[in-house]
Amino acid sequence: MANVISDETIEYVGILAKLELSDAEKEQAKKDMGSMLDYIDKLGELDTSDVEPMSHVFPVNNVFREDVVVNGDDSANILSNAPEEKDGSFVVPKTFD
Amino acid sequence: MSKEYETVIGLEVHVELATKTKIFCGCSTAFGGAPNTHTCPVCTGMPGSLPVLNRQVVEYAAAVGIATNCTINRFCRFDRKNYFYPDNPQNYQISQLYLPICENGGVSIETPDGGKKTVGIHEIHMEEDAGKLVHDEWGEASLVDFNRSGVPLIEIVSEPDMRSAEEVIAYLEKLRLIIQYLGASDCKLNEGSMRADVNLSVREKGSSEFGTRTETKNLNSFKAIARAIANERERQIDIIESGGKVVQETRRWDDAKEYSYPMRSKEDAQDYRYFPEPDLVPVIISDEWFDEIKSKQPELRDEKMVRYKEQYNLPDYDIDIITANKRLADIFEETVKLGSNPKKVSNWLMVETMYLLKEKGLEPDLVSFSPVNLAKLIKLAEDRVINGNVAKEVFEKIFDEDIDPEEYVKENGLMSVNDEGELRGVIEKIIAANPKSVEDINSGKLKAMGFLVGQTMKEMKGKADPASVNKILKELLGI
Amino acid sequence: MGLMSLTAIQLGNKIKSGEVSVSEAAEAALNDINKVEGTINSYVTVLSEDDIKKRAKEVQEGIKNGIYTGPLAGVPVAIKDNMCTEGILTTCSSKILNNFVPTYTAEAVLNLNKAGAVIIGKTNMDEFAMGSTTETSYYGATRNPWNTEHVPGGSSGGTCTAVAAEECSFALGSDTGGSIRQPCSFCGVTGIKPTYGTVSRYGLIAYGSSLDQIGPVAKDVADCAAILETIASYDPKDSTSVKRDDYDFTSALVDDVKGMRIGIPKEYFGDGLNEEVKTAIFKVVDVLKEKGAVVSEFDLGLVTYAIPAYYVIASAEASSNLARFDGVKYGYRAEEYNGLHNMLKKTRSEGFGPEVKRRIMLGSFVLSSGYYDAYYIKALRTKALIKREFDKAFENYDVIIAPASPDTAPKLGESLSDPIKMYLGDIYTISANLAGLPGITVPCGTDSKGLPIGVQMLGDCFSEKKIIQTAYSYEQSREYVRCSICE
Repeated sequence: MANVISDETIEYVGILAKLELSDAEKEQAKKDMGSMLDYIDKLGELDTSDVEPMSHVFPVNNVFREDVVVNGDDSANILSNAPEEKDGSFVVPKTFD
Repeated sequence: MSKEYETVIGLEVHVELATKTKIFCGCSTAFGGAPNTHTCPVCTGMPGSLPVLNRQVVEYAAAVGIATNCTINRFCRFDRKNYFYPDNPQNYQISQLYLPICENGGVSIETPDGGKKTVGIHEIHMEEDAGKLVHDEWGEASLVDFNRSGVPLIEIVSEPDMRSAEEVIAYLEKLRLIIQYLGASDCKLNEGSMRADVNLSVREKGSSEFGTRTETKNLNSFKAIARAIANERERQIDIIESGGKVVQETRRWDDAKEYSYPMRSKEDAQDYRYFPEPDLVPVIISDEWFDEIKSKQPELRDEKMVRYKEQYNLPDYDIDIITANKRLADIFEETVKLGSNPKKVSNWLMVETMYLLKEKGLEPDLVSFSPVNLAKLIKLAEDRVINGNVAKEVFEKIFDEDIDPEEYVKENGLMSVNDEGELRGVIEKIIAANPKSVEDINSGKLKAMGFLVGQTMKEMKGKADPASVNKILKELLGI
Repeated sequence: MGLMSLTAIQLGNKIKSGEVSVSEAAEAALNDINKVEGTINSYVTVLSEDDIKKRAKEVQEGIKNGIYTGPLAGVPVAIKDNMCTEGILTTCSSKILNNFVPTYTAEAVLNLNKAGAVIIGKTNMDEFAMGSTTETSYYGATRNPWNTEHVPGGSSGGTCTAVAAEECSFALGSDTGGSIRQPCSFCGVTGIKPTYGTVSRYGLIAYGSSLDQIGPVAKDVADCAAILETIASYDPKDSTSVKRDDYDFTSALVDDVKGMRIGIPKEYFGDGLNEEVKTAIFKVVDVLKEKGAVVSEFDLGLVTYAIPAYYVIASAEASSNLARFDGVKYGYRAEEYNGLHNMLKKTRSEGFGPEVKRRIMLGSFVLSSGYYDAYYIKALRTKALIKREFDKAFENYDVIIAPASPDTAPKLGESLSDPIKMYLGDIYTISANLAGLPGITVPCGTDSKGLPIGVQMLGDCFSEKKIIQTAYSYEQSREYVRCSICE
């Protein structure tokens, strides 16, 4: 495997992705990610130096809304799936700032 | 301190735009409201919801860019900034990194020594605001309200061109005036519609290298900014002097305790993994659209100042005060347009208006009377229908309640008495009752005139026209 | 043979003529569900009989009053469980949405509702559409009705089995890398992945936003054309929605391929393609040739780069799209946790399955500082090259014919152990998503094990009509084959 994924990398990506992996999962993730990256490295064979990155396939642009209020109070619906709710707000464990 | 240090400051200024709706959905941006009452699936990050860009946001952002001498990127797009925080419903913020709408601008500010300098603007980009977190006093919990989530912001990123708190404040004042003039935001620091994050580093005087910078957040007033800058400068110098190294980090200012502390925890990697937002298409500003935005651009303060001098020949002092607030300048111009004498209008704004604002503890933005009523008042005074004191009294009514001065004067019988016959009768009585004063006047003590005028005004309950009183008095006394 | 053995259009006609009532049609679907669902597991949610009857009554009234006049009025439909449906549990086959009841409905589903279709239930899928077998669902694997030891393909596995096993009249799927076309091939049914932007994505729970499209799955091409005509619309709520000139896809239901230029990409028929599949596809080509199509081979050399580019782009977008599932606003929240960050981490770690986590990790990595250019930007450049190559191909061809998968349906449990091998199975379908192209899969035979084989036809962007016409013409040469479980 050309790409060797370190414990630190898996740890770091876990922080980015907010995923807590068990030790077994970490080992598996190291293996999987390594082999995926080996496979992805195939892209290196392609000369793309004169190619613009393409995020949208069609040259569609300028899709706008007009600045008009169309939504009313939808809080009952918005909160209807909340795991925890209080006084019309979503409740989360205490944040520190 | 043995060495001399220079402070190098750049600002990231967030401004809430004055749109009626949020940047990506049709929810109201109105302030206040019960929690989550201005929300929908889009601004709460519901699965399957999609953003659609508010055209007005682009227009405001471009207008600010034009007014701050930026290049407007005719092709720009949005990127996702990925980070987890519960006030950020999608756990990514839609912002602009790779192709912001405006770049390479700058504004000129006055430096404390009276000189001028340009503060460069690196870029201005559009983005969405986050929701609000409130700590639940009674539990181990925080409450999330998404009413502010998705309110449009522009972030104005300056170059590290400022060297002191004074320059920072001059720059912020400048931005504020420009943006207020454009009507793009009300720019209130205390309400959070304008927020400044301070990037600060110190270096030895004469050095051309930059030191390591920190970013300080949560600055809610010019005073807080000045205090935080002084504090951070000292903190960094202390570290350097004691042989340490400044850590590049984000710090939060606590203005009550006058100190800052690092915001980062080990749970935040500060790796935002920006990538182009696939749910939004690029924005292309055509020549036509650009010209349209430009043509709608109102006259800004600097241009106004020149014009006021040329067109109205107002003193610099007046111009400075009136144009320092767009609301005052608007009232000035509209009143003049109604035919009033510019200097007289200026006097009412500069003197009485400013006095009343101060007395009532109000911001100039809150001036709400109509120019037509001020114009009427000026006309009433000019035509000597009312005298000066009455005019001031009526003006306060206009200031408070925007009353129609013509009706008010009529209803309250405040017209000056200009009727020669009536005045003459009253003055004759006053002369007869005050032989001592007459004697003084005749012996050259003209000060006594004032007493007789005062007596007359008192008799007339303040409604006499002072000029007429003087004229008749002199006539009757033969002077 | 029950009512569910009819095509949607046939059933719609019977309902319109009064021969069959809307309730009878819905009951027929429920009966068939009761019969096979225990074995197949097509659905995550089947609506209650009461709710279905209520809706059936409403539609019956609407038909009488001339509100519902289209071909799908009263016809029972199943919806893939990644499309939001107001008041109906929508899980994406994930634990993390095990209790999510949307308060809004996906635009495509709204369009069906407006046409009078009757929703029967929500179909099983690979969790968040990540997978090719419908085995990664939190709610159990779906089985192939042709042989229940085999997978139905994925990620729209439940959608395709529900149609094949006659548990509905037609269904909606979504296709990010082949998720309609591949399971259609495995299940012997027909499905279309439209040109990107043709069907609104509003209310479709995103996997790879730049690749996702909703499309129809049914028994034949005519049904698919009619369904696509119904669900496709320009939607101001979806910025990537395209205002098309034509939405009249049924007008392409013409049995005529004279002069139709058909391209066979050599690279799609090389190593790794099952011989039986290859033979079946070339039989299709022969039929079309006979009918007057002009067929030739050409090079599509970049195809091998499509998979790595796809997995970079789709995983990157997914890592961001799935960040919102955090136990704050909706869905699952971990029961025990210690503070905010722990709550987020535990919720996500417990709520997502292994394949989803694998892709989120990969996506977070390729976007992370220092790797963005090497991986993500490189993949976007590759995408541009692939698009360019297709643009060139479509200068010479109206339709490209290819397999939908290298093989017929594998057995359950064979695929998940080797992710790379599973990803390689997407080789023939993935390019269409990168290039935004429309594609259709039509059944074209069975292999020696009796498992269905499908042929895939790709068209240029906005050229659905050409692939519909070609598929329809081919379809006239063979009968629809029902799977044995329906007997």
